[in-house]
Amino acid sequence: MLALLTLTVALLVIMVVSVSFGSREVGLDDILAALAGSTDGFDHGAVARRIPRTWMAVIAGAGLAVSGAVMQGVTRNPLADPGILGVTTGASLAVVIGLAWFGLASATSYILVAIIGAGATATFVYIVGSLGRDGATPLKLALAGAATAAALSSFVTAVVLPRQDIAEGAVSWQIGGVGGATAASISTVGPFLAVGFAICLLMAKGLNTLALGDELAAGLGERVGRTRAIAAFGAVVLAGAVTAVTGPIAFVGLVVPHVCRLVAGPDHRWLLPLSALGGGILLTAADVLGRVVARPEEIDVAIITAIIGAPVFIAIVRRHKVRAL
Amino acid sequence: MSIVRTRPHESAESSPHRAGELTPLRTPDLRAAVTTVTSARTARLRRRRIVIAVLAALVVALFATSLMVGRTFYPPADVLAVIAGHDVPGASFTVGTLRLPRACVAVLTGACFGLGGVTFQTMLRNPLASPDVIGITSGAGAAAAVAIVFFSLGGFAVSVVAVLAGVAVAMAVYLLAYRGGVAGTRLVLVGIGVAAMLNSVTYYALDKAPQWELQEAMRWLSGSLNGASWKDALPLALAMVVLGPLLLAQVRNLGALQLGDDTAAALGVRTERTRIVAILAAVGLITFATAAAGPIAFVAFLSGPIAARIVGPRGSMLIPAALVGSLLVLVADLAAQFAFGTKFPVGVVTGVLGAPYLVYLIIRTNRTGGVL
Repeated sequence: MLALLTLTVALLVIMVVSVSFGSREVGLDDILAALAGSTDGFDHGAVARRIPRTWMAVIAGAGLAVSGAVMQGVTRNPLADPGILGVTTGASLAVVIGLAWFGLASATSYILVAIIGAGATATFVYIVGSLGRDGATPLKLALAGAATAAALSSFVTAVVLPRQDIAEGAVSWQIGGVGGATAASISTVGPFLAVGFAICLLMAKGLNTLALGDELAAGLGERVGRTRAIAAFGAVVLAGAVTAVTGPIAFVGLVVPHVCRLVAGPDHRWLLPLSALGGGILLTAADVLGRVVARPEEIDVAIITAIIGAPVFIAIVRRHKVRAL
Repeated sequence: MSIVRTRPHESAESSPHRAGELTPLRTPDLRAAVTTVTSARTARLRRRRIVIAVLAALVVALFATSLMVGRTFYPPADVLAVIAGHDVPGASFTVGTLRLPRACVAVLTGACFGLGGVTFQTMLRNPLASPDVIGITSGAGAAAAVAIVFFSLGGFAVSVVAVLAGVAVAMAVYLLAYRGGVAGTRLVLVGIGVAAMLNSVTYYALDKAPQWELQEAMRWLSGSLNGASWKDALPLALAMVVLGPLLLAQVRNLGALQLGDDTAAALGVRTERTRIVAILAAVGLITFATAAAGPIAFVAFLSGPIAARIVGPRGSMLIPAALVGSLLVLVADLAAQFAFGTKFPVGVVTGVLGAPYLVYLIIRTNRTGGVL
């Protein structure tokens, strides 16, 4: 409970910071004026641009972190993350193909296509990673994910490169950012994220049972396959919807649940809400960092999360015994 | 044939013994067995020589093709005249300045990636432990991109930076994966993490690159031969001439290392020295190639397994892998230029081809329950 409160306060603080810092520093009174709707002058304009961006970072971070936490629960694998398993790249490729060949136009159709791409990739990676006698070991899943991600991102380049019209915004389909967020994109993706969150939270109890191992869970009356499928669907909806509006962002879904587990233990009913808050904090902070470090330019948030997140990935690999991994 | 099975690691060429010296010849049966073994071995050797010759011929043929075809076709006579130094209107520029260096860089980078990749795979006894999976090419590529975009370096300086970065990354991955011994699986996973980090450094450098350098910068993401010139080919040729023989001189010792460290030491191999020389030479080749053409996706990873598939699993894979690497890059570059409406960077083609093979390899290893 205390952790929940602390994280909420931290999230609010980082949101305020995100609105006030950037390429241009803005004073508190100007922020308040801008929040009240004023758009006079550069300062107010800058703040008006930063508000949707901040919200986007918060909901995208929350979505990715919950998605990662659920994927770790479903696969019982400490290295699961929508980025590492290639799910976000799959979503990205689906959107790019839709744009290039099927003339996708509406934001909602992006999101639906991205969710389909994410689902297909997740299924594929899980099947490839769980072939063989000992099932889906973390190593096999991580390798299958990394290989699939590499393949799909080659395809993304191959689709995008000849098409100048979509190549303009192409970088965002390979490296995610929240800079382009608008109030419209937030309101489009919002309902999808809400559905995803709801599914994941409803499955929290089932995920706790799954953690005991399939046989014990089945013995306790859990319908293992059904729980796994529904929870994975929720995670895929979250990852796909976020990727449709931000592009692929890796490692948020890996880092945040691990940190939250240290604080709150493995109970998914606490872990998921905490991860949502933590993900919002991490992505917003990474976005602020990206704006401040490279003034007057910006670093895409996915670059920052990779540089923060990859060492955590390596630390997890080192900590676990290879057999257990 | 049973004699062959009991000595599964013996390599056809490097074995100091003949089977007949191990077992005294007493009965006609044994003599017949020895004949079978020797003839099988000769057959293998012959097949190996034929395969290598065919591969080399293919490389030469494709090299010639890539000099002749393009927007304008030049007949072999024109191409030969240009190479001989005569002045042929039109062809002198197109072939001499554009196509020849490009084809040379293609052959050399392919050979470097093939050699370096197969050395890693052999030494770590794991096809996934190739330099492009465990982050070494990403490191060299990131360093080169940063050197070019932020420090405006060019030419040989970029190669030096890339080589240093590649060696540093190789050491870092090794040390990070070290916990009372290096497990191959941990090394691969650590490498994947390191590669992710370094790739985002490359993305950052690209993001900062001025618009007109973007095409140039794309090279550091996927590898490209567009705009390859003699300036790129020269350091590469130098690296090949110096490091290639160094690596090839270790063939026998590397073969012994595959039997395990203890056995190798008992056979008189200085294991640590062999390993260090081979790794440094391999990293050098890989990073020089990356500095010249970018991290051409999966060539280092693919060459070894493909070579093993064609030649058969015995004997050293170094030369076949180098030839397969050259072949891959030449074919992929021709396809990238002419097979589609647009000119792709060569790395996109090798990436699209190579990644499914990687997935296939994982599926196959998972199915058979082998140790990855």
